[in-house]
Parts: sequence; C-alpha cells; structure tokens
Amino acid sequence: MTIWEDPIKFLNDWLAGILNAVVDFLNLPAGTTNFILNLIGVIIVATFGLLLVIFLTWLERKVAARFQDRFGPNRAGPYGIFQSFADMIKLITKEDITPTGADKISYNIAPLLSVASVILIWAVVPFTATWVGADINVGVLYIAAVGSFGILSVLMAGWSSNNKYALLGAFRAVAQLISYEVPLFLALLIPVLLARSMGINTIVEAQGTWFVVLAPLPFLIFLTSSIAEIGRTPFDLLEAESEIVAGFHIEYTGMKYGMFMAGEFLHAFTISVLTGILFFGGWQGPMVDTYPLLGVVYLMTKAFIVYFIVMWVRSTLPRVRIDHLMAFNWKFLVPLSLVMLIVTALLDKAFEAHSLHTWILLGANVVVALITVQILRVTGRRKEKELETFPKRPVAVPPKEEAPA
Amino acid sequence: MSPIQLTFLAVAAFSLVSALMVVTRPNMVHAALYLVVASFGVAALFVLLGAPYLAVIQVVVYIGAIAILMIIAIMLTRRIASEDLVVVNAQAGWAAVLAAILFFSLLIILGGWDSFGALAGELPPGSVDPAALGEALVSPQAFVIPFEVASVLLLAALIGAIVIAWRSSRAGG
Amino acid sequence: MLDNWLFIGIFVLIAAAFPAAPIIINYLIAPRKPNPIKQDTYECGIETVGDTWVQFKVQYYIYALVFLIFDVETVFLYPWAVAFDRLALFAVVEGVIFILILAAGLIYAWRQGVLEWT
Repeated sequence: MTIWEDPIKFLNDWLAGILNAVVDFLNLPAGTTNFILNLIGVIIVATFGLLLVIFLTWLERKVAARFQDRFGPNRAGPYGIFQSFADMIKLITKEDITPTGADKISYNIAPLLSVASVILIWAVVPFTATWVGADINVGVLYIAAVGSFGILSVLMAGWSSNNKYALLGAFRAVAQLISYEVPLFLALLIPVLLARSMGINTIVEAQGTWFVVLAPLPFLIFLTSSIAEIGRTPFDLLEAESEIVAGFHIEYTGMKYGMFMAGEFLHAFTISVLTGILFFGGWQGPMVDTYPLLGVVYLMTKAFIVYFIVMWVRSTLPRVRIDHLMAFNWKFLVPLSLVMLIVTALLDKAFEAHSLHTWILLGANVVVALITVQILRVTGRRKEKELETFPKRPVAVPPKEEAPA
Repeated sequence: MSPIQLTFLAVAAFSLVSALMVVTRPNMVHAALYLVVASFGVAALFVLLGAPYLAVIQVVVYIGAIAILMIIAIMLTRRIASEDLVVVNAQAGWAAVLAAILFFSLLIILGGWDSFGALAGELPPGSVDPAALGEALVSPQAFVIPFEVASVLLLAALIGAIVIAWRSSRAGG
Repeated sequence: MLDNWLFIGIFVLIAAAFPAAPIIINYLIAPRKPNPIKQDTYECGIETVGDTWVQFKVQYYIYALVFLIFDVETVFLYPWAVAFDRLALFAVVEGVIFILILAAGLIYAWRQGVLEWT
C-alpha cells in the first residue's frame, strides 16, 4: 500500500523491519520489537493529547471572548496564538508553595493523577478504522474506570492541602462528580445496547445510522452528565471563584495548578471526542475506506463541533446552585435515563429486524421527551400554586404623618 | 522466564506491598489510598489472567465507588483525619507465628501439586467475553434467579443504609 | 488480546510520567523562597481557627451510597446489554425487572426526602 492510503501501517511495517533487524543483531528477547512499537505508539498518543491542550486553551479563550463580545488575547502573536505558550512559561516559572502541614505524597500525586486519568482515555479512542491505541473489547467501561481516578485525585487534593475550605470544596466536588456518574453510566449503556458490544471501535462500525438519530435523548443525557463531570459551567461549583475561592485546588501553585487546568481543558475536549464517537459515527464519513487519513479529519470535525457546543453552553448558562444541581441529577436525569434504558431495550428487541426500526426508536424518544416536558410543566405549575398560597408578607408602612402638635 | 511471568511477579509484589502498607500505616487515609493501589494491582492481575471485563469492573466498583465511600467515611468521622492509630498490639508476636505456620503449610501443600510452576493456559476464545457472561446472567438455565436476587439484595442494602444513616442524623448525629 | 493491554499498561506508566515532567521542570527553575506567612493555609486572608475538619453531613455519605448501588447495578447491566443479540424477549424483560427493582429503591429514597441537599 502506498503511504497515502495507510500512513500508519506503512510506518509501522517499516519500523518493525528495522527493529527486527536490530533485535536479531543484538540477540534481544523476541517480544522487544512489539514492546518498542507499543512504546512509540503510547508516546505519540500522549504527546498528541498534551499538545492539544496548548491549542485548546487558546481556542477556549478566543471563543469565550467572542461570546462575551470582546476580542480575547490578541497581543501575543498574530491572533494571540502564542498566548498559551506565554501562560505555560509563566506557570512554570512560578514558585511552588507547599502549605505547612500538607501531606507530601498525596499533595504531589493529585495533579498527576488528575491529568493521567484524562490522557488514559485517549488510549482507546479510534482515530480511524485501523488506528486505535488499544482495541480492547471493554472500551466503554474502561473509560468509566479511568474517570474514577479523576474523582480520587480531587479527594486527595482537597484533603492533603490541610485547608478546611479545600476539604469542603473537595467534598462538594466529589458529591457532584459521583452523582453525575450515574446518569453517565446509564446513558453510556444505550450505545452499548444498540451496538451489542462494549468495544469502542465496534460501536463506531455498528453505526449504520448514527446513534444520535436512534437515541437523541440519551445523547442529551450523556452530554449533560459529561459537562457536569468535567466541572464546566453551568456545573462549575467545583471551582467557582466567587463561591468557594477555587475549591479543592486553593493551595496549588505553579505547574501543579497548571496541570489541573490542563487536565480540565483536555477533559472537555475528550468528552467531545467521545460524544462524536459514540453518537455521531466517529471516523465514519465519505471515502474513509480508501483514505483512512480522512477518518481523523471527520472525527476531529465532529469533536470540534461538540466542543463548540460545550463552550457555547458555558458562555450562556448561569451557574446552578448546589441543591438544584443534586435535585436535577437524582430527580430528573437518573429517572429519565432509567426510563430511556427500559424503553430502548424493549423496543429494540421487539422490533429488531423491522424495517421501521429507526423511526420507532426515534419516535419513542420524542414521545418520552414530550411526556417529560408535560410532567415538568405540571409539577412546575403545582409548585407555583404552592408559592402563591403563601400569605403575603406584611410590607413596612411608614407611620402616618401626625398633625404638628 | 517469559515476560508474562515477570509481569505477574512484578504486579503481585506491587499488590502485596501495598496491601502490607494498608494494614501497617497509622494514618487511616493513607491506608485507604494504599487500598486503592492494592485494588489496582488486583485489576492488573485480572488482565493477566485474561478477564478484562472483571479488571475494569474491579476499578469501577472498588476504586470508583467503594474506596471513595470509605475515604469519605474516614474523613468525615475522624475529627482530625491525621490522627495516629495503634497499629501493633500485644498479641502481635503470636499472630506472626500463626501466620508463618499457615503460610508455610500452604506452600508445602501447593508445592506438592504438579502444575505449580506452569503458566496459566489460554482460555478458549469467547468463553469469558461479556456477551457470554450476559447471556448466562439472564438465561433460565443459568443464573437468572441469582441475578434477580442480587437486585433485591442491592435494594435491601440501599434501604437499610438509608434507614440507618437517616435516622441517626435525625436523632442528632 | 493481551497485546492491547500491553499498550494500556505502558500507557499507564507514561501517563503518570508525562505530567511529572513539567512539574519537575517547575521545581528546577522556579524560585524558592519559603516564608511562614506564604506557606500558611489560606482562609481569605485571616488566621485559621481550629483544626482542619469538616462538619459531618450525612448527605455526602448518602450520595456516595446511592451511587455505589447504581454502580453495581450498571456492572450487571453491561453484560446483559452486550448479549442482546442472543437474548429472547423474555430475557430482556428479566433485565427490565432488574432495573425496575432498583428504580423502586430510588423512589423510596426520593420519598424519604433523602436526596435533598439540606
């Protein structure tokens, strides 16, 4: 095959040839070639992830600024593209202040764990049909597993800082993160159900019709839970500057703080990529069989569109209060995702080979959405009536003017 | 020794050392974090044995839910979370002797088994993939009754824990 | 299959090492002028009062507990979902019963007022 048709396989075979010759020459054990090729693959994917952060911080600031009707960074280089480098240099040269009484090991490991838990997701992302880091058959649960390390890092950061507010912030953050993991797992279950497999590449290949058409409501649930998982507005109580002064990472300075921030931006882009993969057909698109490179282009396009939507939501919606946050999750998202799971499972089995399969599932989603809106309307109206029947509070009335004595 | 054996030894040593740290650390939060590390080691062992689904479940349930629950409970109920605990008590000597006897007798019993030094064989393909597990969970000839009983058990656990925690907080906990 | 997990195994080690690199660079080139005021714990600029502990709020424990129950439930549901092709409609209904039993638990928690953030 030519280098255009499948660059990675071409490079892989070429490198394998060279390494095999070297291994035979030096008499190393047989699996070394494999190991070194895997190592190179890992380094490429990890570096790609980290370099993406540099681009993403610039993009985030520009887009958020445009939503706020201003320019954003435009001094450091044309259109401000060197702003991220400037930020990075600033953070690296800041002093690393460790608070007294901080627990040394946990304090230092927490930012590493936070970034590691995000980069590890990229190991299973399929860039195209054959370019996937590790094509494991439990990819979806692997992503869920890796997310739990991020939660642990928040807890470690908050506790090891020896600061009441960091600990309080960490607890609230953990409460939010674990609460929103429930609808996330349940919404992740629906593409698994529709594709009959947990392997991510299999889910992409099973999307004859994109899953966003077969299951739009789970797509919305997944997107909402993911935005809550990454701690973005409207769910960014985790780091709300005006509320709890940066929450669990109060006591972090310099590059450790930089790592938390980098992890957060990368996480936002990662869930956009995952949404693109699970619901929008991933690397599928015209002519992707002959030119696998196009698969990467399609996937990144879809990911950036979803990322733009995430940034749009961030710039538009106000922050949600913590009790509304929890009520929204446990009383709306979780029951809704359970209902959608039951409905999708029953309908998918009942009408498996039917010709109107797509329309039936889409119709069921629309029906559930309409019923939900109706229920919300009725309960909202009932709450309004409750509030109306409150006796009117007495209004302060100024004392009557007395006639001058 | 093949690479898989080396990896197994490394992961097993890693798990054992962190398990030892769990029971010897005086600081409870440290002990809980070492438990997380030990669970991760167990997950790696599952992967080496050819059961990747169990490995990811191990991480999702043990590290993602149980360890977090334990750490929250520890941090909330220890007034000063870095209080030092008593780690070794008066019977430590006898306990060590008993543990050594148990360990060596197990070693002798296992050493008399022929396949002690053999590598684990390859599982037939398709025998532990999640689809087979899922089919077994709901098929009437296999495990459907335990499957439904498990859900009732989870329901009982949920209700029980809510009753205990809520009442105690109402009583002024 | 193990080859894929080798990739992930190497990835775990590299993913732990990559973020360490900028942190180590920071440690090497940043100024270090420790000062007891700077290293004091931050409490909006005033002195801290009392030890570092958090008032026990049963809400945190309840949320973690309900999350644990639903987590274990999804662990049972994923193989059921993956085996969908091989299941008869009856088996799908069994799975739905499983979900409904746990939904009953959620409704119980809801009605008890346990899910409120007081």
